[in-house]
Amino acid sequence: MTLRNRWRQILSHVMLALTGVCAVVAVSLLFVILGYLVYNGWRSLDWNFFTKLPKSPGETGGGMANAIVGSGEIVALASMLGLPVGFMAGVYLSEFSGKMFGSLIRYTADLLNGVPSIVIGIFAWAVVVHPMKSYSALAGAFALSLILIPITARSTEQFMVSVPQTLREGALALGASKWKTIATVVVPAAYRGIATGMILGVARIAGETAPLLFTSLSNQYWNTSLTQPTASLPYMIFIRALSPYDDWHRQAWAAGMVLLFLVLLSNMAARLILSRGIAVQK
Amino acid sequence: MATSATLPARPKGGARSFISRLKGGDEAARLITMAFAASILLVTVALVWQLWQSSSLARAKFGLTFLTTSDWDPVSGVFGSLPFIYGTVLTSALALLIAVPLGVGAAIFLAELATPRISSVFTFFIELLAAVPSVIYGVLGVFTLVPVMRDYVEPFLKKHFGFLPIFSGTILGVGYLTAGTILAIMVLPFIISISREALLEVPSEQREAALALGATRWESTWQAVLPWARLGIFGSIFLALARALGETMAVTMVIGNGLAITPSLFAPGYTIAAVLANEFAEATGDLYPSALVALGLVLFLLTIVINALARVLIIATTRRGSSHP
Amino acid sequence: MTMGTANKPSPSSTAGKRAGQPAKLEARNLNFFYGAYQALHDISLEVPAQQITALIGPSGCGKSTFLRTLNRINETIRNTRVEGQVLLDGEDVLQMDVTGLRRRVGMVFQKSNPFPKSIFDNVAYGLKVNGFGGRLSDAVEHSLKRAALWEEVKDKLHKSAYALSGGQQQRLCIARALAVDPEVLLLDEPCSALDPIATAKIEDLLFTLKDQCTIVIVTHNMQQAARVADHTGFFLLGKLIEYNTTEIIFKTPTKQETEDYITGRFG
Repeated sequence: MTLRNRWRQILSHVMLALTGVCAVVAVSLLFVILGYLVYNGWRSLDWNFFTKLPKSPGETGGGMANAIVGSGEIVALASMLGLPVGFMAGVYLSEFSGKMFGSLIRYTADLLNGVPSIVIGIFAWAVVVHPMKSYSALAGAFALSLILIPITARSTEQFMVSVPQTLREGALALGASKWKTIATVVVPAAYRGIATGMILGVARIAGETAPLLFTSLSNQYWNTSLTQPTASLPYMIFIRALSPYDDWHRQAWAAGMVLLFLVLLSNMAARLILSRGIAVQK
Repeated sequence: MATSATLPARPKGGARSFISRLKGGDEAARLITMAFAASILLVTVALVWQLWQSSSLARAKFGLTFLTTSDWDPVSGVFGSLPFIYGTVLTSALALLIAVPLGVGAAIFLAELATPRISSVFTFFIELLAAVPSVIYGVLGVFTLVPVMRDYVEPFLKKHFGFLPIFSGTILGVGYLTAGTILAIMVLPFIISISREALLEVPSEQREAALALGATRWESTWQAVLPWARLGIFGSIFLALARALGETMAVTMVIGNGLAITPSLFAPGYTIAAVLANEFAEATGDLYPSALVALGLVLFLLTIVINALARVLIIATTRRGSSHP
Repeated sequence: MTMGTANKPSPSSTAGKRAGQPAKLEARNLNFFYGAYQALHDISLEVPAQQITALIGPSGCGKSTFLRTLNRINETIRNTRVEGQVLLDGEDVLQMDVTGLRRRVGMVFQKSNPFPKSIFDNVAYGLKVNGFGGRLSDAVEHSLKRAALWEEVKDKLHKSAYALSGGQQQRLCIARALAVDPEVLLLDEPCSALDPIATAKIEDLLFTLKDQCTIVIVTHNMQQAARVADHTGFFLLGKLIEYNTTEIIFKTPTKQETEDYITGRFG
């Protein structure tokens, strides 16, 4: 082998090894993140965390109970608004839409999907907070639902379109009307994918902070009213992390760990359900 | 026939009421679902309109100087957004500089070298990385990355490359470099997964042709496979850029909130998203919020354009079929 | 097989009809278009009641398209147009309420398409959707017996339909179609994906069903048509070339194209 070829072979091995290094680095990032969060957050997780209200810095025993409940409220409300709208829109795109209008809706949904969540927050502020002259859980939920709607619509559409046409024809040939066919055959056939799309969407909005910064803001106390500022887990993490108090830093780690676990577990569950479902269908 | 007795009477000809009722069911279903779909359209139009409206005060007062002056002084009512635009562009550029080689490299490994098993396991974890909320990245940034930058990376850079203006200046830990780094980590999964798909679509004949001519494995990848997939890879880069531009929480937590435009990467800076995050809730009066909304409008337009470019590129790859452009 | 006889006008569309009995299904000057492409040219054909009528012809000749206009299932495809008439018991189906039509004219598809539901729910589907008021389990059992599937599935009615073999799935689809007691059953190459044993079972089934039901079957298998059908229509390039009793079509066809197809010169 000539020197030049020798050099080319070496270069090849080196470069390809480097790509392997890149891949390993990328994957290990996830574990680094998880590792740090668990290491730092685990120690701060106690019963108080889940049951007590926040205390002033320096006082021990504070918790994030109101933020957990508040997040639950806001995400639940956003899901109640966003999931049905997204689902129906997805059904329309898959089963009813004409070529042009359908493309327009799809394009718009993708556009909305790409809008930074803080801009969505501005919109929610202008439409809900500004007229109401008050921050509220409602405004936060509204903002989050705007993020949820396009992702739910596109994923619902994707799974409904993948149901084979022959199944629809089978139902129609028995005398079922179009909407009955959709409700009793197509949707049940696609429900696994639709459900996982919804789980992933909800997990995504549960972790969003930016849209809440000036819509639901935060609250030191228990709040069940939808028209009052409401604490949320991501927001608390943000505030605590940037504060000068060690105590609060620990809480930020703990809350971060809780949030991350929730998000990652639902992601993994959704993906596993989906892959198992496809295997069963065959 | 045992069953016919209990089925409703077969609709004989002329069951017109039947017709209209059933037709109504389908038509109603179409209209209802169409209304929901149209609401997406409505919301988007409303969003654009609202951004335009709420920013009208600032736009009327400053015009294009809003984008070109760098004096941001809410107290005196002067709003020039250049520092934020500078910071947004700079941090995004840094993010891409770091993430693109890393991401494309990883994608090459996953598409060309790894066994299908390893490839899918790795891809699973990398896609999970994309699901990590921004604020979590922020927490890690504040407590883990900032000290590392402050105590190791930035002094190292300053010591060996301090003659360059970008590596000079006071080291704080927070700043453009840290923000760019954390953004790089956040956009990495997108570059990897889309580039990987683009590479997987390259027909094996391309690879084989190069190898048959005596190219090394690397040469065939670099010279035959990568160019074929370049549209998809560029698409992933644009997508990453769009995300980096709009990324808020992680950046806000590590950028240091500095208003000065300096060449030093160690200096604290600001991005459009970060200033919105920090100042919006406190903005008093009418002009201040209006100026902030105007910033939001700028960010909105930027991301729309970049996203559209990304989509064009990604669609162009999938539409290509067997012919090379 | 047959010697070519001089082309003489054949009693085509009225062939085999018992004197005085109106046709169950009739097509009159039927034209069908996929967008700008005309798939059916001026088809006129009478399907006699309670008999088996087969439609044969090479691939792409329009026989499936024609079958699918009979229950208007072509309407699910965009950009299609029908001209002419299709009459069920003398009434134009194109003016009729389509879901009512499809209850009276059932269809079994080329590749079996059971729903991702249990065997029971598959058969019961048509009944539920059309507002059946009686005992579902009795009706389901009756249908499965008519489709000669009951013995094989009676212990596993609540298992998924996909657990059945290809031939069983197709008989399940037949049972499903029979559950709503249709007057006409359309079958679009029902055995093309099945082995000879499964095919034989379905052919036997058709014989038992024809007393209760008018059957129209599209098949690319000429021997099948010769075995089961009372009447046969030969399609070519979207036109109905010849239509008569099966015996005449296969033994003494009047058109040259028919004879060429039967003797295997093309298709």
